[in-house]
Amino acid sequence: MYNFEYKKAGSVDEAAGIVGADDEAKLLAGGMTYIPTLKQRLAAPTTVVDLNGVGGLDGISADGNGVTVGAMARHAAVAASAEVAAAIPALADLASHIGDPQVRNRGTIGGSIANNDPAADYPAALVGLGATVQTNKRAVAADDFFTGLFETALGQDEIVTSVSFPRAGKAAYMKFPNPASRYAIVGVFVAQAADGVRVAVTGAGPCVFRVAEMEAALAASWSADAVAGIGISADGLNEDIHASAEYRAHLVTVMAKRAVAKAG
Amino acid sequence: MTEQGIGAAVARREDRRFVTGQGHYTDDINRRGQTHACFVRSPHAHATLNGVDTAAAGAMPGVRAIFVGEDMAEVGPLICGWAITDVHGEPFRAPPHPALAIGKVNYAGEAVAVVIADTLEQAKDAAAAVEVDYGLLDAVVDPAQATADGQPQIHEAAPGNLSFEWALGDKAAVDAVFDGAAHVTSLEFANNRLVPNAMEPRACVAEYDAGSGEHTLHIASQNPHVHRLVMSAFHGLAPEHKLRVVAPDVGGGFGSKIFIYAEEVVLTWAASRVRRPIKWTAERSESFLTDAHGRDHATTAELALDSDGKFLAMRVDTTANMGAYLSTFASAVPTYLYATLLAGQYTTGGIYCNVKAVFTNTVPVDAYRGAGRPEAAYVVERLVEAAAAETGRDPAELRKTNFVPADAFPYETPVIMQYDCGDFAGSMDQALDLAGYSGFQARKAESKAGGKLRGIGFSSYIEACGVAPSAAAGSLGAGVGLWESANIRFNPTGNVQLFTGCHSHGQGHETAYAQIVADKLGVPYEQVEVIHGDSSKIPFGMGTYGSRSAAVGGSAIVKAADKVIEKGRKIAAHTLEASEDDIEFAGGNFTVKGTDKAMNIAEVAFTAYVPHNYPEGLEPGLDETAFYDPLNFSFPAGTHVCEVEVDPETGSVSIERYAAVDDFGVLINPLIVEGQVHGGIGQGVGQAMLEHAVYDGAGQLVSGSYMDYTMPRADDVPSYDVGFNGVPSPLNPLGVKGCGEAGAIAAPAAVMNAVHDALRDVGVGHIEMPATPLRVWQAIRDAA
Ligand SMILES: Cc1cc2nc3c(=O)[nH]c(=O)nc-3n(C[C@H](O)[C@H](O)[C@H](O)COP(=O)(O)OP(=O)(O)OC[C@H]3O[C@@H](n4cnc5c(N)ncnc54)[C@H](O)[C@@H]3O)c2cc1C
Repeated sequence: MYNFEYKKAGSVDEAAGIVGADDEAKLLAGGMTYIPTLKQRLAAPTTVVDLNGVGGLDGISADGNGVTVGAMARHAAVAASAEVAAAIPALADLASHIGDPQVRNRGTIGGSIANNDPAADYPAALVGLGATVQTNKRAVAADDFFTGLFETALGQDEIVTSVSFPRAGKAAYMKFPNPASRYAIVGVFVAQAADGVRVAVTGAGPCVFRVAEMEAALAASWSADAVAGIGISADGLNEDIHASAEYRAHLVTVMAKRAVAKAG
Repeated sequence: MTEQGIGAAVARREDRRFVTGQGHYTDDINRRGQTHACFVRSPHAHATLNGVDTAAAGAMPGVRAIFVGEDMAEVGPLICGWAITDVHGEPFRAPPHPALAIGKVNYAGEAVAVVIADTLEQAKDAAAAVEVDYGLLDAVVDPAQATADGQPQIHEAAPGNLSFEWALGDKAAVDAVFDGAAHVTSLEFANNRLVPNAMEPRACVAEYDAGSGEHTLHIASQNPHVHRLVMSAFHGLAPEHKLRVVAPDVGGGFGSKIFIYAEEVVLTWAASRVRRPIKWTAERSESFLTDAHGRDHATTAELALDSDGKFLAMRVDTTANMGAYLSTFASAVPTYLYATLLAGQYTTGGIYCNVKAVFTNTVPVDAYRGAGRPEAAYVVERLVEAAAAETGRDPAELRKTNFVPADAFPYETPVIMQYDCGDFAGSMDQALDLAGYSGFQARKAESKAGGKLRGIGFSSYIEACGVAPSAAAGSLGAGVGLWESANIRFNPTGNVQLFTGCHSHGQGHETAYAQIVADKLGVPYEQVEVIHGDSSKIPFGMGTYGSRSAAVGGSAIVKAADKVIEKGRKIAAHTLEASEDDIEFAGGNFTVKGTDKAMNIAEVAFTAYVPHNYPEGLEPGLDETAFYDPLNFSFPAGTHVCEVEVDPETGSVSIERYAAVDDFGVLINPLIVEGQVHGGIGQGVGQAMLEHAVYDGAGQLVSGSYMDYTMPRADDVPSYDVGFNGVPSPLNPLGVKGCGEAGAIAAPAAVMNAVHDALRDVGVGHIEMPATPLRVWQAIRDAA
C-alpha cells in the first residue's frame, strides 16, 4: 500500500464533501475490491473515506412497491433478509451466491454496483428488475447506471445511498461461475418485471446488457422453450482462459433457459 | 496395539495449536533491529540486463542496502543436486543460475536486485525506484517447441534449449515387440503444469551475530539440514558449524519448500553485510511467480497388447519442461522418479522411455506432491483404460489380467525397480465393492434420463516412496545420501524427547512419531515430545518429501529405540541382579524372565542419570541416536475408482463418487493416513479438473492469482470412500510404505478415465487436463 489519509465519514454529506474537493480521494465500503487494489499498489489515493461509520446506510425495507436496499447493506444481509425473500426471492438468491461467506459478510451492494465489475452479479439484478439507484444527488435508472467496463453514471462526488427494486412477477437468476474466482462467467436474470419482461446478462460482455429477442419471446410465452432456441452473437463478448466468447454466448442461452425454468 | 501406540487413531496433537492460531511460523519471528527485503523482479520473461541503476532508490528513506547480481559474484550459483548422464554418456547441461540475475533474465519474476530497508513499505518504495534497462528478447514458452530450429536460445551452455535427453530401457527390443503386437494403443497428452500453493508462502528471516560469527536462517523449509549443507558447501555462505537453519512450523510444502531458492541465499549473505536481521515473506503473487511449479510434461505413449489382452510392451516419449533453470532436484523428477514407475502394477514385458528435458522462459519446475510418479501413473493408467475401451474389455478385468500376481514378489520390473510386496487384485476387488461397481450401469441410466452423461474410471497406481537407499540414489546421480536419523533422549524423570531429521509441515509427525516411541518403549504417549526442524538441536537429517518420513524416519526411530532397550537391559539386569539374557522387555517394563521382578523404563532412565548403583564400565545416560539407510524404496499401491457426471450442455463435470483402496502397509495412525489420502485426492482432483498454470506466448503467467488459478474447494470434491488393504513391507522394521502422495498420484488418472468414459458416449476421444467446463463443452461440440 502507498500512504494515504484515512477518514471515517460520519455522514454522506461529509464523505461527498471530501471526494468532491479532491479527485484523488476514494470511498471505501466493504473493501473487498478496494483493499486488495491498495495492497497491490494498483491505486494511490490521497484520502480513503470510509463509509462504514455512516449511520442508516445499511437498511433493508420492503413495501407494496418493492424492496429498498441501503448502499452499505452486506450481501449476507440481503441473502438472509426475510423482507427480500418475501418480496423478490430471486434477489436474495442472487446475493447468497456472491463470493464466499467472508466476501458476503463484508461486500456491499453500493460497492458492487459502483465498481461495476463485468462479472459481478448485482448488475444483472438491477437491470433485470428495472431497479433505481438512489445517490446523494439524484435517482438513476439501472438501465442508465451501468455505462461500460468498470464504468457507471456516478460523478466523482456522487455516492450511492440505496437501490430500489420494484416487485416482479416470476423472476430468477442463474449463474455459471468462473471455476477460479466464482464470479459470473455468465449470469442471467430473467423477470416479469414491473415494466415488462426483462432478461439481463452479466459476465458475458464488458458490461451488463439486455437481450431484447429473449424478452420478446418470453413476453409472448413465459417458458424455457421460448428462449432455448435464441442464440446471441459472440461478437464483442469477453474471452479469457476460462471461457471463449463463443462459449459465453452459448451459456447465455443455457442460463436464460434454466433461469426461466427456475422461476417457474 | 496399545491405546496410543502404532495403529491407534490418535487425534493430531499439533492441530489444537494450528487451528487456534498458536502456531509459530517464520513470518511470526521478529527480531530487534529487523529490516525487510523486497526483490526487484523482472516483468519480462526473456531480456538482456543492460543496466541496473540503484542510485535514486538507494537514497530513499530507510534504505540500508541494494544489491545486484554482480555484488554477489563470490556466492556460487544455485545448484541442481541430481546429475543426469544423457543418452550420449554426457553430463546434463545445468547452466549457471545466479541468485540475482547477471546479464540476462530468463523468466518473469526472476530476481534482479534486492532492496533492504527498515520497513517493508520503504523497501517496496525503493524497489519500485530501481531502474532496470531491459533489452527485450523473444520468449520460448511451449516445451514442445523449445528445441525446434529458430527458437530463442535461453542459455549459451544449453544449445537448442536442451538440458538433456535421457532414456531407460532397450529400445530395439521394445520396438520389435510393438511390430508384432496384436493391438497397439497410442495416446498423446500433456501433464498440466501446476502451482504448489502451500498455505504458508515461502519466508525467511536471516540473522548474523558478529560476536560469534554465526549465521541463523529461519526458513519455511522441508529440509533444514539440506538447506544448511547446500548453502555452506555450494554457496560458501558460512561453514556448516557457523550456520544454523531453523524451520519452525511450516504451513505446507508439497515439495516446493525442499529447494534452495535465491531468496534465502541472498538474505543469508546480505544479513552479514547490513549487520541487521532481514525478513522476507513472499506475497501470494510472488508465490505464483517464483515457487517451483510442478509437472508440465508433453507425452506420447503407446501400449502393445497381445490378442488375449496381455501387455507386451510400452513405449513412452516425454518432453519435460524444466523452466528457465534446473531447480534443486528438477532433473530427478522426469527421469528416475518417472520412468522407473512405468511398469505400474503390471507384468508388461518391455518398457522404453525417452525423456527430453528442455528449458523455457518460465519459472523452474521441480518436485510437487508425487514428483514424477503422478506423471507415470497417468501415462500407465490412461493407456490401460484406453486399451480396454479400444479392445472392448472391461477395464477392471483387463487390469486383473495383467497385475503382478501376489505370489510373484519380490518382482523385478523392466524399469529397474524391485517391488517388495503387494496384493493388487485384492485391492481392486475391494475397490470395486466400495465403489458399487455392479450398480454403475443403473446409475448411468438414471443420469441419462436426466440428460447427463455418467462415466466411471479406474486408477491402479503404484508409486515408490521412502526415498531412498543411499547407494542406489548415488549410483543414479543424487548428490546426497537419503538415510534418516533419530535421537531418543530420556530425561532423568522418565519423559522423552525425540529428535528427528525429518520435518513436519502438515504431516502430523508430532503425533505419529510419539506413537512409535510410546509403542516401542512403553512410555506414555503424553510423555513423548517430538522435536524437528532446528539444525542446532537435531542430528543431521534429510528432511521430509517423497513420503519418506514413516518408512525411513520412522525406521530410524525404531532403531534408536532398540538401542535404548539394549542399554536399558544392562541397567535393569544390574539392578535386578539377573543376567542380561534373562531380562525381557515389554510394555515399558524390564522383567526377569519367569519372575515378577521388574523395573519400569522410567526407573531405568533415572538410574542411568543417577548411576549410584550401576553396571561397571557402562556409560551413564539414556540417549541413543540411530541412522537408518533404507534397503529399498517402498511401494504403496492401490486402486481408486471415480464416478463423474457431465452436464453436456455446459460442460461441467461433477464427481459423484470416489472410492480409494490403498496398500500403505502398516498404518501408524489411520486417522492421519485418511487425512493424507483425502488431501492427496483433493490435489489430484485439482490437477484433473481445475488447476492449470498458464503462460501466454510472451511468458507472462496468466493464471497468476486465485482469480484465475482454480484451487480445489470443498464443494469440488465428494465425500470419499476410503479403504485399506495393507500388506506390510518386509523391508523396514515398521512394515510401513508411505501415504503422503498416493492420492495425488492416483486421482488424476481415475478422474480423467471417468471423464473419458462419460464422454465416449458422445464421441469424444480425447480431452486434456484440467477438464474444465470450457474444454469439455468444446470437445463435445467438436465431436458432434
Ligand atoms: C474473493 C472475492 C470473491 C468475490 N466474488 C464475487 C461474486 O461471485 N460476485 C460478485 O458480484 N462479486 C464478487 N465479489 C465482489 C464483492 O462482492 C463486492 O461486491 C465488491 O468487492 C465491491 O463491494 P465492496 O463493498 O467490497 O466495495 P469496496 O471494495 O469498498 O469499493 C469498491 C469500489 O466502489 C466504490 N464505492 C463503494 N461504495 C460506494 C458507494 N456507496 N457509492 C459510490 N462508490 C462506492 C469504492 O470507492 C471503490 O471504488 C468478490 C470479491 C472477492 C474479494
